[in-house]
Amino acid sequence: MLVVEDVRKSFITAQGKLPVLRGVDFQLSTGTSLALMGESGSGKSTLLHLIAGLERADSGRILVDGEPLQGRREAELARWRREGIGLIFQQYNLISSLQVSANLAFQARLAGRHDPAWVEHLAGRLGLMPLLQRYPEQLSGGQQQRVAIGRALAPRPPLVLADEPTGNLDEATSDTVLDLLLQLVAEAGSSLLMVTHSARLASRLTRRLCLHLGRIQPGEA
Amino acid sequence: MGMLRISLLALLSHWRRHPLQFCSILTGLWLATALWTGVQALNNQARADYARAGALLASAAQAQLVARQGERFDQAAHVQLRRSGWPVSPILEGRLSIAGKEPSTLRLLGIEPLTLPREASIAGQLTTGFDLDGFIGPPGQAWIAPDTLLRLGLKAGEQPLSGDGQRLPPLQVQAQLAPGVIVVDIGHAQTLLRAPGQLSRLLLPKAFAALAPPLPVELAAILRLQASTDTDDLQRLTDSFHLNLTALGMLAFVVGLFIVHAAIGLALEQRRGLLRTLRACGVSLSGLIGALTLELGLFALLGGLAGVISGYLLASLLLPDVAASLRGLYGAQVAGQLSLSPQWGLAGLAISLLGAFLAGCSSLLRTMRLPLLALAQPQAWRLAQGVWLRRQVLLAIVLVVLAMACWWFGDSLLSAFVMVTAVLLTAALLLPALLDAALAVLTRFSRGPLTQWFIADSRQQLPALALALMALLLALAASVGVGSMTEGFRRTFVGWLDQRLSADLYVTPRDTPQALEISAWLSGQPGVDAVLPNWRVDTRLQGWPVQLQGIADHPSYRQHWPLLEQRSDAWTQLAAGQGAMLSEQLARRLKLGLDDDLLLPTDQTEQHLTIVGLYADYGNSKGHVLVDANWLRRYWREARVSTLNLRMAPARVPELKAALEQRYGLDSSRVVDQSSLKRWSTEVFDRTFAATAALNSLTLGVAGVALFISLLTLGQSRLGQLAPLWALGVGRASLVWLCLGQTLMLALLTVLLAIPLGLLLAWCLVAVVNVQAFGWRLPLHVFAGQLLQLGLLGLLTSLLAAAGPLWQLARRQPAELLRQFADEP
Repeated sequence: MLVVEDVRKSFITAQGKLPVLRGVDFQLSTGTSLALMGESGSGKSTLLHLIAGLERADSGRILVDGEPLQGRREAELARWRREGIGLIFQQYNLISSLQVSANLAFQARLAGRHDPAWVEHLAGRLGLMPLLQRYPEQLSGGQQQRVAIGRALAPRPPLVLADEPTGNLDEATSDTVLDLLLQLVAEAGSSLLMVTHSARLASRLTRRLCLHLGRIQPGEA
Repeated sequence: MGMLRISLLALLSHWRRHPLQFCSILTGLWLATALWTGVQALNNQARADYARAGALLASAAQAQLVARQGERFDQAAHVQLRRSGWPVSPILEGRLSIAGKEPSTLRLLGIEPLTLPREASIAGQLTTGFDLDGFIGPPGQAWIAPDTLLRLGLKAGEQPLSGDGQRLPPLQVQAQLAPGVIVVDIGHAQTLLRAPGQLSRLLLPKAFAALAPPLPVELAAILRLQASTDTDDLQRLTDSFHLNLTALGMLAFVVGLFIVHAAIGLALEQRRGLLRTLRACGVSLSGLIGALTLELGLFALLGGLAGVISGYLLASLLLPDVAASLRGLYGAQVAGQLSLSPQWGLAGLAISLLGAFLAGCSSLLRTMRLPLLALAQPQAWRLAQGVWLRRQVLLAIVLVVLAMACWWFGDSLLSAFVMVTAVLLTAALLLPALLDAALAVLTRFSRGPLTQWFIADSRQQLPALALALMALLLALAASVGVGSMTEGFRRTFVGWLDQRLSADLYVTPRDTPQALEISAWLSGQPGVDAVLPNWRVDTRLQGWPVQLQGIADHPSYRQHWPLLEQRSDAWTQLAAGQGAMLSEQLARRLKLGLDDDLLLPTDQTEQHLTIVGLYADYGNSKGHVLVDANWLRRYWREARVSTLNLRMAPARVPELKAALEQRYGLDSSRVVDQSSLKRWSTEVFDRTFAATAALNSLTLGVAGVALFISLLTLGQSRLGQLAPLWALGVGRASLVWLCLGQTLMLALLTVLLAIPLGLLLAWCLVAVVNVQAFGWRLPLHVFAGQLLQLGLLGLLTSLLAAAGPLWQLARRQPAELLRQFADEP
């Protein structure tokens, strides 16, 4: 269970303090999926980064199974990212020096949860079997995103965070990728929090929240 | 013009956002130019001083009459020749010690301006134009070069005291005078040198000498005609020394250019988007290349200017050691102060421009050849990189063939240096491929995910770091090679000195009569076991200056004169006047070996001797032949005693030394004990290699800077590789350690390749370059401790180079890493 309570975050810019999140509250139950929507600059990615422990909130609480992320040391946050979540980025962020097979298993092996059979299953489901010996730059955008999904799900994390995972893909490929993501998240028994601009894609998830000017739109929390 | 200006301004705007790259290119050009111009300044200064020494008595000294025996002769010969119509002009020269806080010895030259030919010049000044009365009449004048005056800490007009308390005439500065020389009227010189009525030589005008008139019979027994070739000899003898310095300067220059090449390459890669935009906006390819070239030219001028200034400072620092080496090795006087022409500065700027274009031309070519739309695709650049890598390997193969050809067929110092250069460039060109292969092997053994990433990411960094690692490889190999050669040479030299300098006391008499007198006196002294006179004749064999040394038949030579090759009856043959021994360098130069026939031109005829032995004669720039003393005196009337070697009870040395100095008026430089001579020889050796060691250290420093700049520049672009790892749960501290480990691993692999390359270089130096440059071949020694020390120094250099970029990485805010994932907050 993920609980977000009154989370606030500001950035210091040349023009002064810029509040991005002005008190966000929501919950995500285990095994469910949630789409986080909103216009550019509404704070969606920032919220995702706070949950991933990539950044720290100014105030408020983020609880994972009742345990707060606040106050954790950097090493503990790194462990949370390694073992607690699977991250999928719009830009894929694969490790360019490693082959697809090594990229797929990378996080699972880091977390000490490498299950070769599960990784092979993922590769098969994602259609990556013929591409295992290739390097990321030898793949198309859709193929790279499928590798990123496989990498995120390989350790069977309790929570998958996806930041516009289909933002760089055409509509047909987006649908295919999202289908796979939802199926595999369900197979892994994970929860999914996905940031997206697309209402069409968001409608495929269990719940939807819309961020506007750093707050959840009334009635949607 | 407008398009060029706009393109140039757009290109220059890049540097505002990348000041570090700006500094990298400037630093590279600055260091490369500084080291090159510094070495050139040293060489130019030395050569200018040889020319000054040669021009000391320009056009007057085309030929000279010198004593057949000893260093001096009676001035009555001069008077007699003048009366017979010979237009001779007398010269007296000798060493004069000057008293002071730091006593030093100078060459005192006494001249007689009245008898010098009217067209002659002394130290660049016509004899017709100067103050004759002031020079000749009391108190006279003592001409001195400004740098010598400065070295002595004296001022013009002062009258310093000589070592034995005599006052010199007032000092007068002559800008063109050679360093280390004082010129006075011959009368003053005879007083100061305590040589009344004595002369060293008589100068003859060119035209008169060309007629080759016979000397009066009574003078032919005393004097002989000699062509003046000392200056030419100095140029020839020191050529190897200067070529060695030039080679080191060139190495440093090349290493500096690696920095420039790396920085320009990265800058072009980072600006490929801008290049595409400029092309898309209608800038022609030629306009773009023109703007890039102009930008490069601006860099070259800025870096070159800084380099020329630094080069001057560097040369000023190294000059005292170089001057001491030249003095010790060749007897050449080089000023301790730089005075360079504007042409030297302009040449420095030109070399900077050349270097910048050499370093930047590959990037310009790549820009020209890449298709317009592919400019912004990394894959296109990587493919281009791959093509260049293949070309590098092909070029390396060509260079290997060239090196082998130079080894087999080369017979000159130039071919030896071409071979060394080819070997070094081959290794540098092959380094990326070798490192990649080594990492590929390591990949097979890597198990954990981070280990796999560690190796794979290192391989990915190779293209960006390759040039800096090449620079490190070259600098380390040069350090290993030159270090092994120097240390090996040092040990060989010290061992050789221990054997060769076996006498307890060495006496250099003023002339042969004094030598015979001293010898007779010494025979009656208690504790003196043997007095061994060395007879000497200076001659030429196949145009090369050679010293013939005649020795007595004494067991100490058989026991202590180390021979490289010998016949079983070598010493017996030598004592019988049937054999001669040759120094190694002379044997190589004359292409003679054991049992070959040596033809020696004597006064009247030619004599044949069989070569019965070869010996090392380190440090002697002239050829050396050892023959029996009696045989030498029989065929050369001008043979003189150069030294007396005394074998005696060591405890009595100080007492006898003092007695000799007092009894025969010899200064301390003429009576030297064994330990002083060894100490002096070792000091000369160490100072000879001091400049080499300094240039080596600087080259390693430049390589460190190259690595530092590459890592720092790479650090900017590596965030994209490191951020995903951080996001996947690898802490920042771990990332820093991993990056440090990567740098050290690449440096370690480079060091491991540099050591065999350095040893190969050492072999090239001792077995090929030294043989061609000096004529002697040294045994190759491997010093494990030295290799370990240099290996650690290479790693330390890499560690220091990596420290800054890693410190930056450790201090990076998470927000900077986050920017890799999102464009919006």
